[in-house]
Amino acid sequence: MSALTLAPPDVMIPVAARLATVDKETHDTFTLTLAANSREQELPAFAPGQFSMLYVFATGELPISISGDPAERGKLVYTVRSVGKVTHALVTSRPGESIGVRGPFGTAWPLKESYGRDVLIVAGGIGLAPLRPAILHVLRHRGDYGRLIVLYGARSPQDLLFRKQLSAWNYVPDTLIINTVDYGGLSWRGNVGVVTTLFRHVRLQPARTTAMVCGPEIMMRYVVRELLARGLSDEDIHLSMERNMKCAVGFCGHCQLGPYFVCKDGPIFTYGKLKRWMDRYEL
Amino acid sequence: MPTRSASAAALSVSALAELISTLQARGYQVIGPAVRDGTIVYSPIERLEDLPAGFSMEQEAGACRLVKRNDGAVFGYAAGPRSLKSFFHPAEIKLISAERDNGTFRIVSDAPSPPRTAFIGVRACEIAAVRIQDRVLLEDRYKDTFYETRRAHAFIVAVNCTAPADTCFCASTNTGPRAREGFDIALTEIVDDGRHVFLAEAGSAAGKELLRELPKAEPAAELRKAAEKALQDAAGSMKRRLDTDGLAQLLYDNFDHPHWDDLASRCLCCANCTLVCPTCFCVAVDEASDVDGRSAERWRRWDSCFTQSFSYIHGGSVRHSPKSRYRQWLTHKFASWSDQFGTLGCVGCGRCIAWCPVGIDVTRELAAFRTSPAAVNSQGGSHD
Repeated sequence: MSALTLAPPDVMIPVAARLATVDKETHDTFTLTLAANSREQELPAFAPGQFSMLYVFATGELPISISGDPAERGKLVYTVRSVGKVTHALVTSRPGESIGVRGPFGTAWPLKESYGRDVLIVAGGIGLAPLRPAILHVLRHRGDYGRLIVLYGARSPQDLLFRKQLSAWNYVPDTLIINTVDYGGLSWRGNVGVVTTLFRHVRLQPARTTAMVCGPEIMMRYVVRELLARGLSDEDIHLSMERNMKCAVGFCGHCQLGPYFVCKDGPIFTYGKLKRWMDRYEL
Repeated sequence: MPTRSASAAALSVSALAELISTLQARGYQVIGPAVRDGTIVYSPIERLEDLPAGFSMEQEAGACRLVKRNDGAVFGYAAGPRSLKSFFHPAEIKLISAERDNGTFRIVSDAPSPPRTAFIGVRACEIAAVRIQDRVLLEDRYKDTFYETRRAHAFIVAVNCTAPADTCFCASTNTGPRAREGFDIALTEIVDDGRHVFLAEAGSAAGKELLRELPKAEPAAELRKAAEKALQDAAGSMKRRLDTDGLAQLLYDNFDHPHWDDLASRCLCCANCTLVCPTCFCVAVDEASDVDGRSAERWRRWDSCFTQSFSYIHGGSVRHSPKSRYRQWLTHKFASWSDQFGTLGCVGCGRCIAWCPVGIDVTRELAAFRTSPAAVNSQGGSHD
């Protein structure tokens, strides 16, 4: 090979996109919209549930789920909770600045496979973000699906994400959105308790329900219990997993979960695939 | 292609010297074994005299000692601490440079073209390890172009191993001592009765073509027989064995075996085993920036599942105990690797045994699970 031959761009090299808007969702969570940097640049399409690697110049790179509407081309939307160095840098970036993007990566929510079925979304905290593209897809193709049920738990009323959207969705036919919080405070009139306490408000038809779940691992374990107890099969329960990731393409080894790489075999798995591994301590 | 019927030749020691100079003349940087820092490691080689003639390494659990041998054999040692991983998948590599530019930044991909490299003295276990890394970094869903550019144009002179160390067990993993594929030329060194000769076999068109240029003799049937016997003896002399039958299931079934605690009480989580392992591929990526924040670089570095930061996610590390980290490593090597890539993650080179500061020996540890399979496996994935 001659020195003049240029290697094709490596999957590890990010592309700079323009940060178009930063919207405050809660005290620590922000929604970032990326747009093309130039007329020539075309931001990639994504499937609901997939994630990107977002790079902040001189700070670092992180896997972040895409939270926008998959039907809206030309932009990429992420909802980020500021919990560390890179997420803080992301949410304090200003419109006009550049953010590096790689991806999208990973598996998607089974929306095609769920045609004609009831869709049950169970979300905990920031776990609602990767589920929002699935909700938006179902709402956009409302006639293709049966009931849409969203059970959503957050720490406190101040931590509830997309509150206006959630209330609006409740008026869509055959759509039920129920929230709960761990701590309500004096002015809260809604449900208090972990997300699994919301199951008593809904009657599922297990044979025709597909569940899509994302939240802290401990929450997902208990949600799975509820779903199994209500008769859902292992293959109709879909979970989005989180692990440390440095590459998103199966090279860095960090995201291994038993025999899987969460980045390329996941992040979304059926419970059938996960059940042997997800309850094991320190796996 | 690499069969015995391919061109074979008997090379003298001086022909080996010519092999090196011919590779150099063709523009290869030649890397081969050399005595350095009290051990034998791959280093840049200028001439025949740089090779470790008359040296060997005694290796045991937690020990590696350079020793003299009196027969002048050039390749009379087994795997040293460095593997080809150091060259194809370097310990650190710059992925990108980025420069701040008016609120935005530009990403500069400035990876220089790596030199064309020829490797001499590559053991069968080593070639098997490279093939395993190929599966991870080239033949899965994505391609690591940094690995690909280093790997693609390498010329490999293998050495069939007639001098396994006490830590070797490639006969058990079926990855040696004879190199069966993945080389351009394979040598078997025969030193006896005043004769010092290499039986050379070509394993590729490039190898065949290069052999043609060297002074050589038609190998006598007797030399082929002597080489065959030396390799059989090498396989038979290996002190360590590993029963790979049903190993994946054994580990998956013994996730809560008390032996993990015993292992954890000895393991220092120093990560030596993952660094010397020729198949361990895990990396971290670090950001480095200059003080005024104008430019930044992203560096990829070898990482290890023995570090606590390896599994860190918001809220803490998934594997915080040494026990869980040792279990991850061993289970990956001998169980989940097969699920992921269709082979074991181990080639029986014994490096992790020799370079473990407390002498943990994977062949013994795995056997311990076999002799006392635990009935204590606490859960089978049910929720009740």
